[in-house]
Amino acid sequence: MAPGVDAGDTAWMLAATALVLLMTPALGLFYAGLVRAKNTLNTFMMCIAALAVATITWALVGYSLAFASGNGVIGGLDFAFLRDVAFAPRDGTKIPHLLFMAFQATFCIVTTALVAGAVVERMRFGPFLAFAALWSVLVYAVLAHWVWGGGWLQSQGTLDFAGGVPVEMGSGFSALAAALVVGARKDYGRQALLPHNSVYVLLGAGLLWFGWFGFNGGSGISAGNASVLAFVNTLLTPACALATWFVLDVLRSRQVTAIGAATAIIVGCVGITPAAGFVSPIWAMVLGVVAALPSYAVIVLRPRTRVDETLDVLAAHGVAGFTGILFIGFFAQLSWNGAADGLIYGDLAQLGEQALAALAAPAYAFAATFVLLKLIGLVSPLRASARDEALGMDVVSHGEEAYATGEGAILVEPDGVLPEPVPPRLRELV
Amino acid sequence: MKLVIGIVRPEQANQVLEALYRAEVRGFSMSRVQGHGGELDRVETYRGATVRVGLTEKVRFEIAVSDDFVEPTIEALCDGGRTGEVGDGKIFVLDLEQVVRIRSGETDNSAVTPVGV
Repeated sequence: MAPGVDAGDTAWMLAATALVLLMTPALGLFYAGLVRAKNTLNTFMMCIAALAVATITWALVGYSLAFASGNGVIGGLDFAFLRDVAFAPRDGTKIPHLLFMAFQATFCIVTTALVAGAVVERMRFGPFLAFAALWSVLVYAVLAHWVWGGGWLQSQGTLDFAGGVPVEMGSGFSALAAALVVGARKDYGRQALLPHNSVYVLLGAGLLWFGWFGFNGGSGISAGNASVLAFVNTLLTPACALATWFVLDVLRSRQVTAIGAATAIIVGCVGITPAAGFVSPIWAMVLGVVAALPSYAVIVLRPRTRVDETLDVLAAHGVAGFTGILFIGFFAQLSWNGAADGLIYGDLAQLGEQALAALAAPAYAFAATFVLLKLIGLVSPLRASARDEALGMDVVSHGEEAYATGEGAILVEPDGVLPEPVPPRLRELV
Repeated sequence: MKLVIGIVRPEQANQVLEALYRAEVRGFSMSRVQGHGGELDRVETYRGATVRVGLTEKVRFEIAVSDDFVEPTIEALCDGGRTGEVGDGKIFVLDLEQVVRIRSGETDNSAVTPVGV
């Protein structure tokens, strides 16, 4: 081990990195359950694609632009191509720089996958890959630099424990822009477009919550007090959000819904993300209640608009992240976090610093994504044709079906000679 | 009385439903079927195994109508189901011998006329 590296911290961060990586396929499962059966694989594959694309962009330039020293807006290229990113500890931590890079990479991956939720069921796969590659650098890395890499929000005192700015508000408000540029699905507002498998949604949400212990618990970049606090708060807040959602569901429709429960878990996890290591466990529980309300309202109201932000990334991530960032400004507690007090513990300035982040991050994410997608749209159409959309993106983009029956499928000869599709004798019978 | 059987693309099924609704045809059954009607086979690949899927998913409408409704029903099926490419489906019209509404025992024309029309 290199001098200055702590074995305990490193062991936990290795495990936390793997936990966060699990969140991307978990998100794929969550999203896949929410779409129609004919788009299951395409939706899942958009998340899997982020594992490939965002990992590569992060290693090549994204990490450097986020975490190398630069100006207030963007980092430099000192760590481009992982130059000098090795076993010596990353500044301010006791874990190897290389591991720190990998841990942050998993955040970039899952955030890129999150944005897909706005455009599933109609965006073409090729342009999505281009979008994912560029977005992970131009939006995610920039926002990560602002709050963690020495950027202007960090310099002026904004607190963001595990990614309220780059991950949650970054993905949520980018999703809104993406939905506006790509446009609504052709059946949107005309037919009921229902989730095809609610069990996937619940299991996906459960696995996301599991992975979130690494996401928040690892964001202290140590095995110390902040990580323990964040870890426990990741248990408490979603539980309270879940209970609150039950109450809201009962008030609205007299029944507690499964999709609502899965959504509540996400909203709770998102809400505590920025505040995880900064607020006391009791305030974290209050945050679960508080975060549920605006997200629930947006989820109820959004489908009444023409904006087909398909899987409600804005409500679940953008709005809940916004709530969490502001919550720090009120309820951060020096005795728990050793960093800063919020408004009710006597520091009004902290609320201002949080509010600035809550305005700047959504504005940048929305504008940058809007322009980026418009530019990609000039090169290649973003949308599938109406016919392809009707057939389903699984068959059109991937040549596979999620629920293939195998009936009528004929194995093509290994020598590449295609047999007659159906023998003439059989055709007469049909 | 005729039994109109329409076999259409699943992705057009909602268009057909809308067209039937506009034609005031309110009673029908629909089911998912698989068949082959001369369209090109779809090629899919699973882990290196390339397969041709010779059977295509279709939706089958069965609509029992009084004689006045035969033409509007056929028009609705055509309007809703047509894309202009091979694979749009077929319509079969059969004579119906007898229809009985189970609830009331009504027969024939009054049995194929939905309640309230």
